[in-house]
Parts: sequence; C-alpha cells; structure tokens
Amino acid sequence: MELGPYILLATLEGAVTAAVLALTAVGLSLVFGVMRVVNIAHGEFFMLGAVIAWHVAQAVGGPPAAGFIAALVIAPLVVGAIAALADVTILRPIGHDPERTIVATIGLLYIIQQLVLMTYGPEARPVLAPFNQRIAIPWVEWGEAGLRLYFPWGLSTTSYKIAVIGAAALVLGGVWAMMAHSRIGLLMRATQADREMALAFGIPVERVYAMVFAIGAALAALAAVLIVPISQAHYLMGADPLLLSFIVVIIGGLGSLPGTVLAALFIGLSDGIISVFFSPTLAKILATLLVALVLVLRPRGLFGRQGA
Amino acid sequence: MTLLETRGLARHFGGLEAVKSVDFDLPEGEHRALIGPNGAGKTTFVEMICGRIAPSAGRVFLDGADITALPAHRRIRRGIAYTFQITSVFAQLPVRENVALAARRRLKGQALEAAVQAALRQVGLAGTGDELAGTLSHGHQRLLEIAMGLVQRPRLLILDEPTQGLSDGEIDHFKRLVRGLKGEITILLIEHNMNVVMELAERVTVLESGAILAEGTPDQIHRNPAVQAAYLGTG
Amino acid sequence: MSKTARILALHGGLLAVLLALQFVLPAYHHGNLARIMVLAAYAIGYNILFGYTGLLSLGHALFFAAGMYGMALMIRLFGAAPAPALLTGVVAGALVSAALALLALRTTGVAFMIVTLMFAQAGYLTVLYFADFTRGDEGFVIKAADRVLWGIDLGDPANRYFAAWALFSICLGFCLWLVRAPFGKTLVAIRENEDRVRMLGYDTYLHKWAAMVVSGTISAAAGAVYGLLFGYAGASFAAVEYSILPLLWVLLGGAGTVSGPFIGTLLMFYLIDIASGLTEAYMLIAGLALVGLTLFAPQGLGGELRRRLWKWLP
Repeated sequence: MELGPYILLATLEGAVTAAVLALTAVGLSLVFGVMRVVNIAHGEFFMLGAVIAWHVAQAVGGPPAAGFIAALVIAPLVVGAIAALADVTILRPIGHDPERTIVATIGLLYIIQQLVLMTYGPEARPVLAPFNQRIAIPWVEWGEAGLRLYFPWGLSTTSYKIAVIGAAALVLGGVWAMMAHSRIGLLMRATQADREMALAFGIPVERVYAMVFAIGAALAALAAVLIVPISQAHYLMGADPLLLSFIVVIIGGLGSLPGTVLAALFIGLSDGIISVFFSPTLAKILATLLVALVLVLRPRGLFGRQGA
Repeated sequence: MTLLETRGLARHFGGLEAVKSVDFDLPEGEHRALIGPNGAGKTTFVEMICGRIAPSAGRVFLDGADITALPAHRRIRRGIAYTFQITSVFAQLPVRENVALAARRRLKGQALEAAVQAALRQVGLAGTGDELAGTLSHGHQRLLEIAMGLVQRPRLLILDEPTQGLSDGEIDHFKRLVRGLKGEITILLIEHNMNVVMELAERVTVLESGAILAEGTPDQIHRNPAVQAAYLGTG
Repeated sequence: MSKTARILALHGGLLAVLLALQFVLPAYHHGNLARIMVLAAYAIGYNILFGYTGLLSLGHALFFAAGMYGMALMIRLFGAAPAPALLTGVVAGALVSAALALLALRTTGVAFMIVTLMFAQAGYLTVLYFADFTRGDEGFVIKAADRVLWGIDLGDPANRYFAAWALFSICLGFCLWLVRAPFGKTLVAIRENEDRVRMLGYDTYLHKWAAMVVSGTISAAAGAVYGLLFGYAGASFAAVEYSILPLLWVLLGGAGTVSGPFIGTLLMFYLIDIASGLTEAYMLIAGLALVGLTLFAPQGLGGELRRRLWKWLP
C-alpha cells in the first residue's frame, strides 16, 4: 500500500483506539478530578470488563449480537459494583489518602489480575462482534483523465469499528450531559470543587466518592466490552490502557472532560500513526517519558492542590 | 548598627496587596515588637524576611548583606531563627531530638548534648528530654519551639505569636525568659498580647493593611490615636 | 545493657545466626536464603529512601536493573572480570539514581510516585528495545567460568551464600551507622516535617537527593551481586514487579527500621514460594499483603514491635 492510503488506514484504526481510550481515560479522569486519588487498578477494571463480556457471551449463547448486548449491559454494572465495594472497604477506611490509595490500588491490581488468572486462565479468548461487514474505502490518484477514485487493496474498515466510534461518542455525550445537567452531576461537581463546603452543605461526600469510583470503573469496563471483539480478552490486557489513560489524563488536564477527550483523540490517533513509523516499544518508551517529563516540568504538577 | 533592613519590601497575591513597600530597620540587640490588626500583613512580611515566600518587590539585608535572593535555609545559616506561628515541632520525635536537630548544624558530640540540656533548662523544660514532643502540652510545645530557636545561637530570633494559647503562668515565664535575653539576641516579636508587648518591647512597629502605620516606644504607640483607630476600627 | 549494646547484640546476633545457618541448612533453603539476603540488601536500600526519608518510589527496579545489567553487560560484551563488572554495576546505579533524583525531586507525593514509576517503565522498555544486547525478556546466562572472583568460584553454593551474607552484612551495618549519624537523623526529621527542617537551616533538597543516590546505589549493588551470584540477567528484574516487591518487603517488615527489610523479605519470599507451589497466581499474595498492610498495619512487623515492646529498635 502506498503511504497515503496507509496513513488513512492508520488514522481510521487510530480513531477506534481513540474512542475506546477516551472512554477509559474519562473514567480515570473523573476519579482523579472528584476524589483526587490515582487508581492504579483502573486498567484491571478495564480487563474485568472484557473478561466478564466473554463469560456473558458464553452464558447467553445464540447469535453473537445477543451475547454482546447482554455483555454491554452486564459488564459495566458488575465492574461498577466491584469498584464501589473496593472503595467502601479499602479506600474509605484509609480516608482516600492519596499516597496510601496508590499503594492500596496496586494491591487491588494484583488481587484482581491474579484472581482472573486463577479463574479465567492465561489464554486470550475472542468475543464475537454483533455485526462485522467489511467496508472498503476509496482513495484518490492521478490518472490519465485527472483525479479518480479507486479502492486500494487492504484499505478498509468494518461496520463494527464505525459503530464503536459512534457508541463511544454517544456515551461520552451522556457522561457530559450527566455532569452538566443532572443532580448527580451537580453533586459530583460540587464535591470536586470544594469537599469541605460540600460536606457543610450536607452532601454525602463518601457516597458520592463510591459512586464516582463505580462510574469510573464502569466506563473502563464499557470501553473494554467495545474493544474486545476487535482484540481479545486476556488477563494482562489492563496494562496498556492504564498507561495510555495516564498519559491522556496528565496531558489533558486534571478533571477536565473536554481536555481528556481531546488528549485521547490526539494520543489515540498519533499512536496509530506513530506505530507506522516507529516500533511499538520505542513509541511506548517515548510515551512513558512524556508522562514523566510533563509531571516534572509542570510547575505545580498534576496534583497542585495537595502536592508539595 | 543595623542588623536587619528591608527596603521597599512588598508582596501581592493576585489583586491583593498584602505588604506594600515596607522600609524597616532593626538595630542589633534590640527587642522589637511587630503588631497590627489581623490581616495587616505581619506574617507575610516576616515570611519574606525568612525566605519562606518570595517578595514581589524590594530587598532584605542582613548585616548589610543583600539576602533577597538567598533560599530560606541559607538565611537561617546566616543567623536567623524562626519559630512558627502554628506550632511545628517534630511530634513523633523526642523533645531532646527536636532541640538536637536545631543544634546539630553547629555542634556535635558532647558540646551538642550540653547545648541541648542548656536550652531545655533555659526555657524550663529540663527533664522532658525523652518525652515525645507531641505529648507535651500546647504551652510546653511553644517553649520547645523557643528552645529550638535559642539553641541555634541566632543573631536574629523571630518569634511569631509565641504566647498564643499559653496560660497566664506560662506567659509570665515567657516574659522572664525574654527579659533574660536582653542585649544578647536581637528579637523580632509578632504579638497580639498587648501586655506582653508593653513589657518586653523596647520599640514597636505597627503594621496596618500592609504598610507601617507607626513606630516608636511602647508608650508612644499606646497613645497614638491612629493606632488606636486601627485596632478599634473607627475611621 | 546500654542501648547501643542492645542494638549491636540484636543485629550482630542476626548476622551470626545467618552465618551459622550456612552449615546446617538443606540445599533448597540454603539457596533460598542466599537469594533472600541479596534481596534484603535491595530492601535495605529501598528503606533508606522510603522508611527513613519518607519518599515512596515506585521505580526502584530501575536501579536494581542498572546494577544487574551494568555488571552483566560488562562481562557479556567486554569480557570483564567479576570485580570490575560489579564496580561498573554499582557506578551505573549511582549515576542513574543521581540523574533520576534531579528530575524526580522536583515533584512530591503522588506525582513523585508516578514519575519514578514512569522512568522505571521506560528503563524496562529500553532493556527490551535493545534486545540485541540484552536479550530482552529472555535474558542471558553468565557462564560459570566468568563468575570466579579473586579465585573464588561464586557458583559454588557455599561461596555464593557467603558472598550474599557479606553483601547483606555490609548493607545492614551501613544502614545502622547511617540512621544514627547526623545525616540519617536529618532524613528522619525531613520525613516528619520537611518545612521545619528547612527552617532550621538544612538544605533539604540536597539531603533528599543524597538519600536517593545512596538508596539507588545500594539497590544497584544488590542487583549487580544478584546477577553475578545466580548467573543470570533478564528484563523481568527491570519490570514493575521488582519495584513493587521492595515496597512490599519493607512495609511488611517495618518501614523505618533497620532489620525490618530483612524480616519482610524473608517472610514474603517464603509466602510467595509456598503460594507458587499451589497456583500460578502467586502474586495474589502480594496484592492481599499490600492491601492488608495499608489498611491494618502500616507500621509493619518491625514497626509494631518497636511501638509496643522494643522502643530502642533502630
């Protein structure tokens, strides 16, 4: 394939990555923003979504669409519930202290990951997409008669991938609407803005925290269900989403939903294009260093309110 | 000779001018009180002298040398000791270790041990060496802070509201302690307790809304109508 | 018994017992204990930064691996003898920690944790990227012939045990000395209240930087010795797991105690050893331990011991 179509393909693939990444990162960003803690186990909630999707699809059987739809509903709910439980039993007793939360969520990461290893096993297993038509995409070239369209071999996408992008956009719109217009969103924004005042106004801050933690995890799980027909469900699949979400949130800005989405678009699209030119390992090295340097060089860092 | 000078020292936070171009002189050996209503800028002013916050404008001189660009720890090394407004001892460490930390920059071994004991005796905390600093009463913790300041043998000792929260007896003890230091150490005392100010200060500087309102002996300040107005709030 | 005498008796006794065990332990535990002692040295290094200075790094695998690869690559690529190779590993660790400290100490708290984690990840990925030299995840073996130090074959279990014991003793002794020295006491004070320490005239940034260099260098020494004694270098030692493990060992044994790192390493090693006999998912133990310790016993075993019984425990 020539360079032009190749880049277009990478961009399309990147758009899918960006969509899923945006969902995952928004989940992490919500938790950062409202609770001011870092959840190192966020990637494991993502992985749980994919694994539960597989289990649900197995259990439901029938046409792929049935299992998939069921998974789309069940996985985020189950993962959200698990996250809420983790918040109440682990994070609340330590007062959501930022440093202790990191250590505790590292522990949580291992617990979830290893339990999945024990029950689901080390293999990667596929989940079938509900629909999956190949859609060829045209490209232009100069011919004798001027510009003309043709269909390069290999330049295609699928209906499912387009649906993923659409679904992600829909969910993100819903999250934004919830934050901006619903009572729950108001409670969350109030708690984020000033925890002490929120308490003084009788807002049940601890319960808001549990809910936010659950929503954050559910978004990651939802993202995983969307991506699992394209990749597969594997017990180690949480590591990359965790790193990428980190990068997105740190670059996009603390608690800023538009910033997170924009950063996710940027990272997701460039990840696809960079992989065309660089080895994935090198791309990851640069990405990790980027996160570190942003934190080092930004004057008050990401956690200005409680750092220093 | 002047130990501490500030020229045009100012600090603003966004739109708020906390300290507005203050020229301040403190002769060596003097015990000066810095007073003013709440929000006058006293702590901000003193923090700029110590180097805890950077000034928006102006200079600070210690012993004739310009220390404006020096970080806090370097200024301390040049002979400034600062006790915090909100008690800041090492609660989980023994009293003795608190004082030793302050003295260890200068001394070690036997001399260190002796200086620690002497400082504790001087403030009236002899015998508490092994107790954890956090278990001391509030008043004793303030005395510990002063011991930590004294053991550094500073040229300038800045006491930020040292008698806050102390009982009458403790305040009397504090007054005796400071009187005993007359002529030995230059002291800049931020205080709200007028009684303490009247008894201990040789001169008083009054700060109001970030600027020096008046300077003089305690008596002069006491009789100054502008100062009275500032405290009582009548225009 | 005076306090100093008690401290020397306890720690000297520990070392004596460990030395004596050399002659009585069955082969399996003999090898384990050699590993444990080297890893405990790593934990001691980590503890200096975490337990004593109060800085929680999530990237110490970078230092451990710097030592291991500094040593191993000298042998593999340049045919160096063990002694200069070890030295290279230690120096590599010192340089890497000095450089990382300059950057990471511009941040605090959570940001510091993330920054150290990220740099360590970058280090791990770099080891993978240069697989041509490092053999990546697969790693490479250091031949027995290359592991003869000053005429002593380190592959021999008895020599290996003694070498591990020597490293551990040096690190334990150093740590004991450090925490009773002015520098160490300043570090503890920085942990308790850095602002106050600064206002007592100490350059706290310099102290923290130095603490990180000391911590990183000891960790690198442990990595270099580990690679040399057990004859293998692999990328897994640079992975995040090897940054989490010392945290876990120190938390379990008691952060801020001299002997805590050894206790934690010993316990966790055997816990994981037993668990991996039962299931592939042995890191579950690590996860449970981390959560449990954070919730119920942040002081760890040594810390609780010091709090309740032996107040003089350094």
